Amino acid sequence: MAIFSAVVLSMPIWMSPFGAAYPDILQKFVIFGVFAIGYNILFGLTGYLSFGHAAFLGVGSYTAVWSFKLLSMNIIPAILLSVLMSGIFAVAMGYIALRRSGIYFSILTLAFAQMCYNLAYSVLTPITNGETGLQLAKSDPRIIDRMFSEAGEGLPSTTLFGIETSGYSGFYISAVIMILAFYISLKIFNSSFGLKLKAIKSNQNRMRYLGFNTKPYLLTAFVISGMYAGLAGGLLAATDPLAGAERMQWTASGEVILMTILGGVGTLFGPLLGVIIIKYFENIFSAVNQVDLHSFYALLPDWLEDTMVAISSMFVGEGWHLTLGLLFMFVVAFLPRGVLQGVEIGYQKISGYFGKRAEKSTKEVDTGANHGE
Amino acid sequence: MASKAVLQVTNVLKTFGGLKALNNLNLTIEEGTVHAIIGPNGAGKSTLLNVCIGQLTPDTGSVEFNGQNITGKAPHEISQQGISRVFQTPQIFEDLNILQNVMIPALAHADGEFTFNPIKGLNQRKDVEQEALRVIDEMNLTSQMYDRAGAMSRGNKRRLELAMCLVQKPKLLLLDEPTAGMARADTNQTIEILKKIKATGMTKVIIEHDMNVVFSLADRVSVLAQGTIIAEGTPQEMRESELVKEAYLGGAAT
Repeated sequence: MAIFSAVVLSMPIWMSPFGAAYPDILQKFVIFGVFAIGYNILFGLTGYLSFGHAAFLGVGSYTAVWSFKLLSMNIIPAILLSVLMSGIFAVAMGYIALRRSGIYFSILTLAFAQMCYNLAYSVLTPITNGETGLQLAKSDPRIIDRMFSEAGEGLPSTTLFGIETSGYSGFYISAVIMILAFYISLKIFNSSFGLKLKAIKSNQNRMRYLGFNTKPYLLTAFVISGMYAGLAGGLLAATDPLAGAERMQWTASGEVILMTILGGVGTLFGPLLGVIIIKYFENIFSAVNQVDLHSFYALLPDWLEDTMVAISSMFVGEGWHLTLGLLFMFVVAFLPRGVLQGVEIGYQKISGYFGKRAEKSTKEVDTGANHGE
Repeated sequence: MASKAVLQVTNVLKTFGGLKALNNLNLTIEEGTVHAIIGPNGAGKSTLLNVCIGQLTPDTGSVEFNGQNITGKAPHEISQQGISRVFQTPQIFEDLNILQNVMIPALAHADGEFTFNPIKGLNQRKDVEQEALRVIDEMNLTSQMYDRAGAMSRGNKRRLELAMCLVQKPKLLLLDEPTAGMARADTNQTIEILKKIKATGMTKVIIEHDMNVVFSLADRVSVLAQGTIIAEGTPQEMRESELVKEAYLGGAAT
């Protein structure tokens, strides 16, 4: 846990060689990390594939922005309220959707999320500000803030008791929350509650015949993961106080599924790896252009340079989806337990190569891995 | 002998389309007995067990357990009352290891229907674990405790499922062909285990084709054919009954 925290908090340092050490993307890493950790509690433990988690992300964002508008620019009430609100939404959605399992559950959640998206986009414009997205305005009441001070000049920014929550400080605040979220998910994975969820995934009928009413377990898992998504949405709004309906669209739900599967479903670190890979591709790969490619291949003869640029340009810039798609296909086909499985295999190969003489220690590693399951 | 009826099945009718799987069936299981149900394939044996555990709801008739009507109740409610079942094809948690497989039913016993406590880790459930380990040892599965259940042999899966049921200390244990598809040695081992359980006085219903198993374990035998009980008595009586021979062989003879 300490190592994990250190790795997360030192991200600005070790991410810099990859060109991803600026606050905006680092914030995305940890915030979507929260989202994926929460999603993994549902999908990884119970096997229920929800296509509607983006709805909770959106609900979280809207709630947080409303809290900034009405109550205070402090992010604490905003985040608490967004978790609470998305929890309420999750109870309603889970209560209906969990009447079915398998593909029907997925369709129900998808329908629910699309309904939320369309409502936010059209009918609920007074609450969501429709297409433009919900923004802060100078004239907002901000009741709690007003009790302590007069309204200043210009738009106020989000703070945590005076600390600005954009830029690097925003990253550190989000990172601490993410570490806490990870710790809680670790506890859930190792608890008897988590074991029962895994058992439901494995054989739900058996659970019933052993005397478990599986519905409350599933609903609890669903609500917890919905609250994680709400927390992520609240954090998104906290680092950038703006909420738009597109955050609720099904593609956003699809993205978190991709992240979880790519990294490794049901593993603790997998979803986080998936987040980093996908967000990295989305932000860095998509920014690579022809000029960058030309300079990358500058050492090659001209004709070869041009061909290489022509080929590679299909995979970067606008074509980053293609690269991601190929990577995803490779992972699903060869590493069903995600990139993390690849890392594990790589680790075993390496330790096997170096440690032929110290075979004993490798064996210990193996049994350790078994216990971890 | 005026012993108490644990399970009372009264006039149960269950149809699938036009087929009467259970045709006004009556059955009484007395406390502390091992009651075998035999009959040709398709006689309705498994349907009967399905009705008893709440997987199926009978069209008419009732099932009473310890004097309480359990007809139409949800499977988990019936299980909470103390009925456990071993299925014909082992129903276990294939993705989990053996210890976890036995821990879960043990937790059902300790925690009741629903508990949510993410703070209290599994490693703090020593009392439950002790009980699980004891039953695993009884089933001779200790050496494979950390193996994935799905990777085991069929015989071991059956024994694991039996362990999962026994750790709950059920009042009534239903066994659906506990030795089907087992090698001779495995069958004998299972009979030994079942005899050991019999000594504890637990009420059991066994569906079985293997007459060796029936005659070495059962106190009472009921013969089921075409959805009704056509004969009932001690194993000795059933062995000599002409009616039973006809039920088993009649179809082939005509």
